[in-house]
Amino acid sequence: MTNKSGVRVLVGTRKGAFILTSDEKRTKWDVSGPHFAGWEIFHMKGSPADPDRLYASQFSGWSGQLIQRSNDGGKTWAPVNNKFVYDGVPGTHQWYDGTPHPWEFKRVWHLEPSLTDPDTVYAGIEDAALFRTTDGGQSWGELSGLRGHGSGPHWQPGAGGMCLHTILIDPSDPARIFIAISAAGAFRTDDAGETWKPINRGLRSEYIPDPSAEVGHCVHRIAMHRSRPGTLFMQKHWDVMRSDDAGDQWHEVSGNLPTDFGFVIDVHAHEPETIYVVPIKSDAEHYPLEGKLRVYRSKTGGNEWEALTKGLPQSDCYVNVLRDAMAIDALDSCGVYFGTTGGQVYASPDGGDNWAPIVRDLPAVLSVEVQTLA
Amino acid sequence: MIRVVLPGHLRDLAHVNGEVELEVEGQVTQRSILDALEARYPMLSGTMRDHVTQLRRPFLRFFACSEDLSHELPDTPLPEAVASGAEPFLIVGAIAGG
Repeated sequence: MTNKSGVRVLVGTRKGAFILTSDEKRTKWDVSGPHFAGWEIFHMKGSPADPDRLYASQFSGWSGQLIQRSNDGGKTWAPVNNKFVYDGVPGTHQWYDGTPHPWEFKRVWHLEPSLTDPDTVYAGIEDAALFRTTDGGQSWGELSGLRGHGSGPHWQPGAGGMCLHTILIDPSDPARIFIAISAAGAFRTDDAGETWKPINRGLRSEYIPDPSAEVGHCVHRIAMHRSRPGTLFMQKHWDVMRSDDAGDQWHEVSGNLPTDFGFVIDVHAHEPETIYVVPIKSDAEHYPLEGKLRVYRSKTGGNEWEALTKGLPQSDCYVNVLRDAMAIDALDSCGVYFGTTGGQVYASPDGGDNWAPIVRDLPAVLSVEVQTLA
Repeated sequence: MIRVVLPGHLRDLAHVNGEVELEVEGQVTQRSILDALEARYPMLSGTMRDHVTQLRRPFLRFFACSEDLSHELPDTPLPEAVASGAEPFLIVGAIAGG
């Protein structure tokens, strides 16, 4: 039985997938894996409409991209279609040196199942584009209005590649979707993906020729609370940002953070103004400041932050926490999870006050998602 | 009957052990072998050659009869020893692990 009260944590790593399960106490864990041993699992996510329906993005340098699907909560998997073909002539984007570079499919960074239909899933890919399946992964089609928005030739890759890594579906209006691309910025559609607009006003990035440009910002992650989908929180390359008008205007809420570089950001399940980040020292030094792994929590929607350290290593810690590697469960006492490039997955069953590792020695963690099981 | 040796990660994906034996219609070429492999094992589609360009994936190589055939054109006939099944067609992953 998988459908008992508890959580299922889906962990993608450099060398396979792991599934960590626990009851609502979240003190004893069952570890299953590695699934797809030896392959990079960029992301795994379950359908909100059917928790036993899972999707996984599986990649290797030898054999490219696969998409796996499970109908039984991860006990068994089967590959589905892995054909991602851009609409029309893909054209060019900017390379790191500013020269035109052909758009080429490389991998799937993020899979976002529909909130209501287990067979509908959005895929964020590198080179950046948004794809969708409506048949459970049997076929994929591009929502090419995004790439064709007009600014595409000016997008350029971040250090990890030109990836579309964040997909947020508005629970109150499924036609409204937010996405983010490194390094182009954030975009929004209000018509289910037909047309898109950049939503980067208020972002300032000193590392691009025009720091306030419409596109070109290295957005690392966006998060929202489902009860307030017009409020967005962003971890940019540097700067933690907030918008209260669905991205039309952003303002900085880094406040007293010791460094505002980082990758992850997430929102408490029951408190829409409680947010979490993991500050990283800098764009060149991808590890925690002073070797202390600290999650920072703001209960005021930003600006005022407190360090959460209980149970986390406070010396000689030089891991990173990648952009898709934090997740929040929806149990009454909200659980917070994150994974590190050192192979640890930490869990806090009490909103961040206390932490403990679920596992310590996995391959480098690329992504963490959690399902709250009824 | 054509004999094909897949790299370990593709054997796992296709749920096969050891060599794969295939019937190939017509001339035995890289393309006809890959067509037959993908028809029997659909999960291998896109893992050996690009879906769109049909080009060999850059970190895979093709060998047979102690020869590197990776850069042969896809419709070039393969050696008779492969066509007869005396020698296997080897699909090999580059030594590029990590």
